[in-house]
Amino acid sequence: MNLQAVKSIYMVEMARFFRTLAQSFISPVISTSLYFVVFGTAIGSRIDQVEGISYGAFIVPGLIMLTVMTQGISNASFGIYFPKFIGTIFELLSAPVNFLEIVIGFAGAAATKAMFIGLVILATSALFVDITIMHPFAMLAFLVLTCVSFALFGFIIGIWAKNFEQLQLIPLLVVTPLVFLGGSFYSISMLPPIWQTISFFNPVVYLISGFRWSFFGTSDVPIGLSLLAIAGFTALCLGIVWWIFRTGWRIRS
Amino acid sequence: MSIVDILDLKKVYDGGFEALKGVTLAIEEGEILALLGPNGAGKTTLISTVCGIVNPSSGSVTVGGHDIQRDFRAARAMIGLVPQEIHLEPFETVWNTVRYSRGLFGLPRDDAHIETVLRQLSLWDKRKSKTMELSGGMKRRVLIAKALSHEPRVLFLDEPTAGVDVELRKDMWNVVADLKASGVTIILTTHYIEEAEAIADRVGVIAKGELLLLEEKAALMARMGKKTLDIELTAPVVELPAVLAGYDLDLISDGQTLRYSYDTKGDRTGITKLLADLAAAGLQMRDLLTRQSSLEEIFVDLVSETDQEDAA
Repeated sequence: MNLQAVKSIYMVEMARFFRTLAQSFISPVISTSLYFVVFGTAIGSRIDQVEGISYGAFIVPGLIMLTVMTQGISNASFGIYFPKFIGTIFELLSAPVNFLEIVIGFAGAAATKAMFIGLVILATSALFVDITIMHPFAMLAFLVLTCVSFALFGFIIGIWAKNFEQLQLIPLLVVTPLVFLGGSFYSISMLPPIWQTISFFNPVVYLISGFRWSFFGTSDVPIGLSLLAIAGFTALCLGIVWWIFRTGWRIRS
Repeated sequence: MSIVDILDLKKVYDGGFEALKGVTLAIEEGEILALLGPNGAGKTTLISTVCGIVNPSSGSVTVGGHDIQRDFRAARAMIGLVPQEIHLEPFETVWNTVRYSRGLFGLPRDDAHIETVLRQLSLWDKRKSKTMELSGGMKRRVLIAKALSHEPRVLFLDEPTAGVDVELRKDMWNVVADLKASGVTIILTTHYIEEAEAIADRVGVIAKGELLLLEEKAALMARMGKKTLDIELTAPVVELPAVLAGYDLDLISDGQTLRYSYDTKGDRTGITKLLADLAAAGLQMRDLLTRQSSLEEIFVDLVSETDQEDAA
């Protein structure tokens, strides 16, 4: 294992994050605050409690998940797409590193950033609503797994994308709708039966449900199923990444 | 002993283009090998394959005895690559990007080594500049610094001096000479025959995916080198006197000069007899000039020969 290389890639990716710290840090704080002003205070005051939890508190896990998923994808996809775009990928391909080391470096940094932003949102939320976390370790485990799996997913998108438009395509057309319809801001049980059934085909439902369970102890789907879903998604992404590097798909001619 | 062994290497790209048609090449440790060839000859594909950027279709390559696919870590750890195109992370500083390359190759941090490399390439003053702020020539130096940061045993320079001013070209030749002195094997591709002539030990010529020739530079120039003797006359002649018909002579400069072509490898050049016959024919000489054909002429001859063979 070329740990030095993993460290180098990771540090360079993190340096990019710190270079744009204002953007990385302030924008999630502002957008979270806006969500609380709109959903928590303006609309939330007219909504009854959801499953015994005040609406303001109820949306916190969904809000964190929403941001963590989109940030994980965008950080990782940009991280690997940029060297492809400017040509510096030649160095990664000619260095004594294998696919695992490259992935750990890039996806690891992207997951770290997403995790950091998730925790920033959690802290910001605490300024607006009372938050109690019933299962803090489960909460962290879900957060880490989600950050990692979506960073891997973003890495795949970055390898696949041939231009900046494609880079935005899947996050915009697939991930954002799935996250919004995955119960970020509502409980699946609030939907009419037919939409509940449809919702269970949305993988994001399992992630948000499990994450919410770690906060409040209630969930739309059994917690075991949620864990299975996130583990399965992570394994699937790892499998695709392994295949990409074995075949050199879109990176090595 | 050869440090890079390329055996029957073939590369067919997905589109069906055959970039390498079975290249076999042994590169000796410590030598400077110049690969000459027109655009699209396969020079960059050859280098990219050895360095791991392009997957070979068939054939094998070992570097320091390590197979580039089965034992890629050991093989690549020995190689430094300076690509033809300038690919640099624009927002990174010179110092960081060079340090990054060293780390990527698995070596522990060594600021003293990086300082040496940067000073050698006159980049020390620019170490805190972002790469996008540098001129084209400076960017190329940074690419070289990145390749040298991990102390390679074999250095590939793909068109290192394309679009580079004369001063920087001379600087680079000095760096190459220093590296050779420290035992590094250097393979460079170039359009500039002058460059190969100036610094290479051996010269290979690639065209249409095939290695047409590989020879010691001096031997090559001696073997293929033709010499010409220009004889300037005091008065122009309209046609050659009959006594000179047996010589390979051309009348140039409106009959003012006779150009005699001869082979340096022959036992007799025929110069003495020619000069005697000239005097006998009553022609008076004002000046003599001999000229040896350059690598460039040899190269152009060789490549145009294959073109003619293809056309036939």
